[in-house]
Amino acid sequence: MQIPEYNPRDWRSHPPYSFKAYGSSVKRGPLKKLVPIKQTLSEVTGPLFSGIKLDAGENDLTRIAGSAGEALGERIIVVGRVLDEDDKPVPNTLIEIWQANAAGRYRHAVDRHNAPLDPNFTGAGRCVTNDRGEYRYLTIKPGAYPWLNHPNAWRPAHIHLSLFGPSFVTRLVTQFFFPGDPLIPLDPILNSVPTKSGRVRLMSSYAHDVSEPEFALGYRFDIVLRGRKATPFEGHP
Amino acid sequence: MSKQTPSQTVGPFYAIGLTRTPMHAMVTDETRGQRIVIEGQVFDGDGAAIPDVMVELWQANAYGRYNHPDDKQEKPLDPAFTGWGRSGTDENFFYRFNTIKPGPVPGANGTVQAPHINAVIFARGMLVHAYTRIYFSDEPANDGDPVLQSIKNKARRKTLIAAHRDRDGKTVYLFDIRLQGENETVFFDM
Repeated sequence: MQIPEYNPRDWRSHPPYSFKAYGSSVKRGPLKKLVPIKQTLSEVTGPLFSGIKLDAGENDLTRIAGSAGEALGERIIVVGRVLDEDDKPVPNTLIEIWQANAAGRYRHAVDRHNAPLDPNFTGAGRCVTNDRGEYRYLTIKPGAYPWLNHPNAWRPAHIHLSLFGPSFVTRLVTQFFFPGDPLIPLDPILNSVPTKSGRVRLMSSYAHDVSEPEFALGYRFDIVLRGRKATPFEGHP
Repeated sequence: MSKQTPSQTVGPFYAIGLTRTPMHAMVTDETRGQRIVIEGQVFDGDGAAIPDVMVELWQANAYGRYNHPDDKQEKPLDPAFTGWGRSGTDENFFYRFNTIKPGPVPGANGTVQAPHINAVIFARGMLVHAYTRIYFSDEPANDGDPVLQSIKNKARRKTLIAAHRDRDGKTVYLFDIRLQGENETVFFDM
């Protein structure tokens, strides 16, 4: 049976499993050499969620559904496209979103940062790309927050994204950052990405065409998932 | 050609976005196949069980067919089974899934793969997710499985085998995952 195959993980783009400056990776990143396997149906299939029905408001993190209150902070509209390495759009793919509130606090029992919780902000949302691979959601700009990785350590403002794409091997969890943040050069998690071009690809850009007057600022963040391998005989009869 | 967006860790607070609703029950009453529980702990390089870890599974149905358009086998689909699940950890740092034992699926070059479940591990401290596979200790087809047999070191191969036990009338497979150390689980590049 013919199956499509996907390009390998690009280890010039992805961080290593163990990156000394990010302390908790040292004991949690696998150290033995990964075992290469040929892609089979197990790898090239995967959960699609294409028929998923999102509840109204899942792409609006500024309100808790059914409640009138609004989250505090700078409203932002985040848009982007999900593409494969050949710049083909990845349609109908689920994006899961989570982030800190405007004060830099997560609504999570483990977050001990002494910053206020916002009763109108859960920090979680979901959206699905359209036929052109485009997504859009409304949220507030997250705050920076302290962590214990090293003395006076602060994470730059960032939003977490989780994507599936068309197969088991296209799975991606990432974070994106905001332009001009002075904490960016100091962040070991972002700096675990081995190339400058890779780190730049985790930056959103300010999108004035997306900003809405007297409402919210726009940011754009495109995401590239693993693409399909070229078929060797295609176009060469 | 565009380059892949780099991976980043799920961090310590992924539960907000990823596990706030339980997704570890992969079966309903209508699902075809033998009910099994898959559970285990994920250990760091100090041998400590990790609480902030998340496991996702992807598997074929009881007939050995994946619920995906690129699986064109002439085997039945099961409308009561997607084949996907996700689990964080409980208060004892165990992940756990209720699922069915998958059927065998085709491998490369006309081979047949032994029943297995594909797994991905995410954690705070993991900058990139790790791929592994769960095979079954009481499955004779393991001896002919091309992926298992490609791992020549028997001790390493064993890290991919979930141990069968019966508990309260349920078939349970224990699959501990070791991120580092002498018995580091085999992780795949694929």
